[in-house]
Amino acid sequence: MKPFDYQRAADTRSAVAALSRQPEAMYLGGGTNLVDLMRLGVATPAVLVDVTRATSEAIEESSGGGLLIGAAARNSDLAAHPVVRHRYPMLAQAVLAGASGQIRNMATVGGNLLQRTRCSYFQDIAKPCNKHRPGSGCPAREGDHRNLAIIGHSSSCVATHPSDMAVALAALGASVHVEGVEGTRTVPMPGLHRLPGDEPERDTVLEPGDLITAVELPALPYASRSRYRKVRDRASFAFAVVSVAVALDEADGVVRDCRIALGGVAHVPWRATLAESALRGAPATAEEFTRAADLELAGARPLPDNAFKVPLVRNVLVRVLSELAS
Amino acid sequence: MTTTARPYVGTALDRVEGMEKVTGRARYAYEHSPDELAYAVPVQASIARGEVRAIDVQAALTIPGVIAIIWHRNAPRLAPADNAELSVLQSARVAYRGQYIAVAVAETLQAAGEAARSLSVDYAGEPHDTELRADHPGLYRPEKVNAGYPTDSEHGDPDAAMEAAPIRVDATYSTPAEHNNPMEPHATVARWDADGLTLYDSTQGASAVRATLAALFTMPPANVRVIASHVGGGFGSKGQPLAPVVLAALAAKHVTRPVKLAVPRQQMFAVTGYRTPTIQRVRLGADVDGRLTAIVHEAIEQCSTIREFAEQTTTPTRIMYAAPNRRTTHRVVKLDVPTPSWMRAPGEAPGMFALESAMDELAIACGIDPVELRVRNEPDADPESGEPFSSRNLVACLREGARRFGWADRDPTPGARLVGRTLIGTGVAASTYPAYRSPSQASARLEPDGRYTVRIAATDIGTGARTVLTQIAADALRTSPDRVTVEIGDSALPPATLAGGSMGTASWGTAVVRACEALREQVSRSGDLPSAGLEAAADTKEEIGAQERFSRHAFGAQFAEVGVDVDTGEARVLRLLGVFAAGRIVNPKTARSQFIGGMTMGLSTALFEESLMDREFGDYLNRDLAQYHVAACADVRDIEAVWIEEDDPHLNPMGTKGIGEIGIVGTAAAIANAVHHATGIRIRDLPIRLDKLLR
Repeated sequence: MKPFDYQRAADTRSAVAALSRQPEAMYLGGGTNLVDLMRLGVATPAVLVDVTRATSEAIEESSGGGLLIGAAARNSDLAAHPVVRHRYPMLAQAVLAGASGQIRNMATVGGNLLQRTRCSYFQDIAKPCNKHRPGSGCPAREGDHRNLAIIGHSSSCVATHPSDMAVALAALGASVHVEGVEGTRTVPMPGLHRLPGDEPERDTVLEPGDLITAVELPALPYASRSRYRKVRDRASFAFAVVSVAVALDEADGVVRDCRIALGGVAHVPWRATLAESALRGAPATAEEFTRAADLELAGARPLPDNAFKVPLVRNVLVRVLSELAS
Repeated sequence: MTTTARPYVGTALDRVEGMEKVTGRARYAYEHSPDELAYAVPVQASIARGEVRAIDVQAALTIPGVIAIIWHRNAPRLAPADNAELSVLQSARVAYRGQYIAVAVAETLQAAGEAARSLSVDYAGEPHDTELRADHPGLYRPEKVNAGYPTDSEHGDPDAAMEAAPIRVDATYSTPAEHNNPMEPHATVARWDADGLTLYDSTQGASAVRATLAALFTMPPANVRVIASHVGGGFGSKGQPLAPVVLAALAAKHVTRPVKLAVPRQQMFAVTGYRTPTIQRVRLGADVDGRLTAIVHEAIEQCSTIREFAEQTTTPTRIMYAAPNRRTTHRVVKLDVPTPSWMRAPGEAPGMFALESAMDELAIACGIDPVELRVRNEPDADPESGEPFSSRNLVACLREGARRFGWADRDPTPGARLVGRTLIGTGVAASTYPAYRSPSQASARLEPDGRYTVRIAATDIGTGARTVLTQIAADALRTSPDRVTVEIGDSALPPATLAGGSMGTASWGTAVVRACEALREQVSRSGDLPSAGLEAAADTKEEIGAQERFSRHAFGAQFAEVGVDVDTGEARVLRLLGVFAAGRIVNPKTARSQFIGGMTMGLSTALFEESLMDREFGDYLNRDLAQYHVAACADVRDIEAVWIEEDDPHLNPMGTKGIGEIGIVGTAAAIANAVHHATGIRIRDLPIRLDKLLR
């Protein structure tokens, strides 16, 4: 591992200042992904600025009826929070579907959003990867891509975003509070993450020095009827092959509103806006659910070894919508 | 000498080193830290075939704390070895991606790691071929296969019998490359001094490491001492010395300081062996009532270009079922891949997946219950050698398993049990593993204080070997286990065979019993105990060489219930039952761990384990426990292992058969058969991933 300095930021302002002062510095949250990447030589920060004390761990109801989650809140605490469990069950389910108890105890909400893809090529610096060495190429397209993207990918990158939590946040339309050199702003989910295009090394729209300070959930009363379903190769401690996060507002057999996001399919937690608009006002039937899923998946461009994800997403989405409707 | 003893063999004695382990006092190889210690981090080739032309070490040597970069130009010379894997840093050739080409040695692990990463290697790369295919022109017939078995066998006229059979199954099965992932990585602390070489090593056999390292460094074995007090799993990957232990010794010699080397998890996927992928064609011919007339089992596998390792994939087929016409073969191709080696039940595990899946297909083709089909084809004697079985209780295992599992009510119709959105099915398969025994030596000593010390260079790789040897010694000495100290895990002790081939207890136990018997005889002759105590020794070479001709095997039956989600294809094992007949069980507690551990690994084989070869780069891609899936706790829901009483007088003084490996044999077939019963989909290529079941 490359030697590095460790600094602990006392507040967000000094954290941002520390990063803008030191271009090779990175923020450290729970370290459950970053430290692995440092051991692998994929991440080589000269300085780690620990922000677990600079940002809040608190999870509090916000004035608008939503929930404000400090960036340093641990994943375990988020999943166990009574408001999350009752008003946003898919978020609690998503967090609990990820990693292991030990990792969730360490992992922070801010860090979870910024974890990197688990594409094998990205994690091996002896191989080309446009994400870890821009311009070096993407071997996944011809090589192993079973777990990689089917939608929104580019010729330079077919990676997926690995977070479960982010899929639920994208469905909920959370706002990410960011403090940067220029001051504070909010970035709406799913707009935090970006498609790879020809700059796959950039996972998010954040600028150098930007620090996630909190995540705010909107008041979305019907999200109490929501579900996260993760399809995975083994029953625990596995990244999603695909996942769906769905909140459904249905009455008298008609969909009034819904929120749908997909995981394991793209470089971003994929908000299924086409399916959502197709369902608004539609009968809550398996036929309509299938039609909406197909509409969303019409844009899929799977690779040979992950084409199965298209029918898989359709099946799971229809299943979860049907379960929520009944 | 006390005479109040009862038999301790058969009782659930707690692990004798349990307290040491749970309190952290038990020291594993990596936890030894001699003075002046340096750390070594190996460097792997990043081409799959070619030569290392040069390594630029300048940048690495400027890193603070770096002591040396060793590669083939400056490495100490080793004596030639039969196993070219051991000739570490002796030439410029690269035979596979991930092979060791250098090692960085530094004052700290971090500095060594950074130095290893900063090397600039100039390669002359060559095109590589890493793909196993059934029509590979390089396939050849090895002279023999692992464990010394004949490569092929043939009886009667299997082709004509197949032709004539009214019921036929002809199917090709494949199993992927799989990697051992013991919790404790391969690790060595190597120290040279005036007396020679001392190694604290994570190994399954200290005596073998001593012999191999002594030969490589051209020393008498007495000048090498290998200590392996506690080992955190091996499954075969630590069964023989490989590149890492040699590299540690070589690095320590070069820097003239003790060196500590642990193989990082990612490197284990290239340098510590793996289970070869296989492509197996099985043909079964039967008459209409399911009696086999022909069995043909042909296996194709791979090895590296530098060491032939031909796994005995089809050998269990030689003993499983009666049939007058039969053939088994093995063909191997040398590819630019890492060298395969032992992984729990090498041969039996993948071979029985194919055979026992084919038997299920035959049961369906004949319309006969799969338990009944197996019973119907039970042989009277070893079907190929003609030797009598020392004991064979497959039928009893099948019957007992069927009873416990509730098999009698089973509707054989596939795809007919939908509960919610889950299809449920059940499956059965047979298990088997040979009952081997190898020569070993042991000593037994009556101490002046009246306690006993038994010494043997056995290894406890987490199985409970130290505990069961204590029980065996206590019975042989007619005393209680708390008066016996068993010393193992050190090559300075009487030499013994490795913890492998499920033969540890049988081999070491025989030597321990004979040494204890000799000691009792001495004690009865000597009258008063001399102040120095009394000691006796035994060597079982002659006894084992002279043993009667029998076909010695353990058998078992595994029953699985699976649920397959119809929307996602996710298969989960709801219930797993194993019933085994493996001679006398020395310790029910540690035995159960072995059985359910093997079955869990079999479940893992069925559903998850698969090392993915990257054709472009020529290495196994999924090199960590996040990407290489082994079963997690949540995957193992309801698992039960039981055994039936088996009294076999033709084995060894304890009447034991090995139990370390049989648990993994047949599990994958039982699960695949259950998946077929659940869904109607026959999966012939492992693992049973959800995309293969998605419809």
